[in-house]
Amino acid sequence: MTQSISVKDLTLNFGAVSVLQKMNLDVAEGEFIVLLGPSGCGKSTLLNCLAGLLDITDGQIWIKGKNVTWAEPSERGIGMVFQSYALYPQMTVRGNLSFGLKNARMPAAEIEKRVARAAEILQIGPLLDRKPGALSGGQRQRVAIGRALVRDVDVFLFDEPLSNLDAKLRSELRVEIKRLHERLKNTMVYVTHDQIEALTLADRIAVMKGGVIQQLADPQTIYNRPTNLFVAGFIGSPAMNMLPVKTIDNGRAFQFGSTRIDLAGYDGGAVLERDNAILGVRPEHITIRTEAVPGRTIPAEVEIDEHLGADSLLWLKAEGREMCVRIPVEGRLPSGSQVHLMLDMPKASLFDAKTEQRI
Amino acid sequence: MSGQPKRLLRNLNAKIAALPMILTTLVVFVGGTVWTVVYSFTDSKLLPRLRWVGLDQYERLWSNSRWLISIENLLFYGVMSLVFTIGMGFLLAVLMDQKIRFEDTFRTIMLYPFALSFIVTGLVWQWILNPQFGVQEIVRSWGWESFNFDPLNNPDTVLYGLLIAGLWQGTGFVMCLMLAGLRGIDEDIWKAARVDGIPTWKTYLVVIVPMMRPVFITTLVIVAAGIIRLYDLVVAQTSGGPGGNASQVPAMYVYDYMFQAQNLGQGFAASTMMLVSVLIVLIPWAYLEFGGKRNG
Repeated sequence: MTQSISVKDLTLNFGAVSVLQKMNLDVAEGEFIVLLGPSGCGKSTLLNCLAGLLDITDGQIWIKGKNVTWAEPSERGIGMVFQSYALYPQMTVRGNLSFGLKNARMPAAEIEKRVARAAEILQIGPLLDRKPGALSGGQRQRVAIGRALVRDVDVFLFDEPLSNLDAKLRSELRVEIKRLHERLKNTMVYVTHDQIEALTLADRIAVMKGGVIQQLADPQTIYNRPTNLFVAGFIGSPAMNMLPVKTIDNGRAFQFGSTRIDLAGYDGGAVLERDNAILGVRPEHITIRTEAVPGRTIPAEVEIDEHLGADSLLWLKAEGREMCVRIPVEGRLPSGSQVHLMLDMPKASLFDAKTEQRI
Repeated sequence: MSGQPKRLLRNLNAKIAALPMILTTLVVFVGGTVWTVVYSFTDSKLLPRLRWVGLDQYERLWSNSRWLISIENLLFYGVMSLVFTIGMGFLLAVLMDQKIRFEDTFRTIMLYPFALSFIVTGLVWQWILNPQFGVQEIVRSWGWESFNFDPLNNPDTVLYGLLIAGLWQGTGFVMCLMLAGLRGIDEDIWKAARVDGIPTWKTYLVVIVPMMRPVFITTLVIVAAGIIRLYDLVVAQTSGGPGGNASQVPAMYVYDYMFQAQNLGQGFAASTMMLVSVLIVLIPWAYLEFGGKRNG
């Protein structure tokens, strides 16, 4: 597949502060990439660099086979959608969509055609003669997407486009963006701190922290095989259970408190014998047993049962550690119950406590 | 309607605390204004007295050449001052907004004249423009012996002399208002305009200035109100001269008739006309600012 965006050794310093260090990122044509991370991780900064809104310190940015490192944003073949919509408030929706095109001296008929197409795709036809102030948040963001759409570009950049919307609208518009991508097959780079958005929208997710991409992979891999402790802890709600363990028996088992569990089926590298390791298991990868299975279950005591509607979350104490298990609603248990936890070892992740890397 | 007395008593402490100011406003401002308007229809001389003469005072006012010159001067000064303080203030604010170094220092320097009273500003600029001490003398001492620069003593240019001082005093303040307005603009708007390929100057003109409408209106009202009550600057710089009344302004007319010529009725009539002109400025503003919700 051809590269749509190629970032080479991108470095960005603000004075003495290094924001991005030697970053490399290749985005294939038509790919939906989500940059995910906590605030201050550099994800929006990276997006602004791609857009040309920030001058980079070192490195190169290629879009569609052209070196655009020093090109103006308008010459890069990108469209951008902002968190605060950034519509021109005194212009009508039509004016907002056509302002950039008019400025580029495009023939009126072509502008008309493009605006009509964007309005049709985003279903904002009836709003064309209204001003942004008279629109709801969801409608405004649709118009903002339309403004990127009429530019007829190959690359769409989204800077937390749904963060200002309420939960219901957010999920609606999320689906709409997904649909838009299905229809247009454009390359999209999407910045968010919301893991649900990332997991649902992305072809690949780049989890970022401290200006460095921690892991770049498809959502399934990010979720099931996090490359380090940060990614493991950042993705998933409630968070992954992190158990301090000791691997024994030449890496064939681990010791958690006084319980010994077989590592059979663990999907990873050479476990070896490590005194300080961390076993990460997601709440849905643990099942509740009423009877112990030697070498496979951990005894635990139920503390709280949180009913979530579709399923429920069981908070337990095992070997003095807080743990969380997601169970079907039918399996609810009163607090104080003694149970045994069976870990789905092929889906667990083992990390070295010192390097924080997956083993 | 049992809620009525209770509503009166709600936040009683705050209401009691606000009472002196409410009374002051009512008695001194509103009362004084009404009193002035009422007595402008009398023939009061040294002391106010209620002998009605109808619109006589106004007729005399509008047939007095000194008043007419004052109005003309004020119109000229006002238009020029509005255009230039707002224009230059905005321009300076735009320059300040370019992420320059030492912004605080520049802002302080620009705002400094605003901290001076008009009397001081007037005197300073009287000296600067004075042919014996000021610019003319300095340029001549550099060797350009025939250099002439004496705006304050020429009836045709005296208003420009006032204007320079007025601009020097007022532009910094306008700049600060405009800068606050510019800073209030969402940075994403700028980014969106850059992605759209709109040149910076055009973004300012077509996007930013319309977005700053409330700031412009507020500035307009503050500057306009200052222009209408223009008095001390003229007193300090020219005392209304040269030639007796080349730089007369309405506020001087009011003062002179009330306290020099001992003709209260005429002074009241003139000040009522000033009130009317202030209202002409204020009422449209209040309507635009608080009336039209759709402009949010």
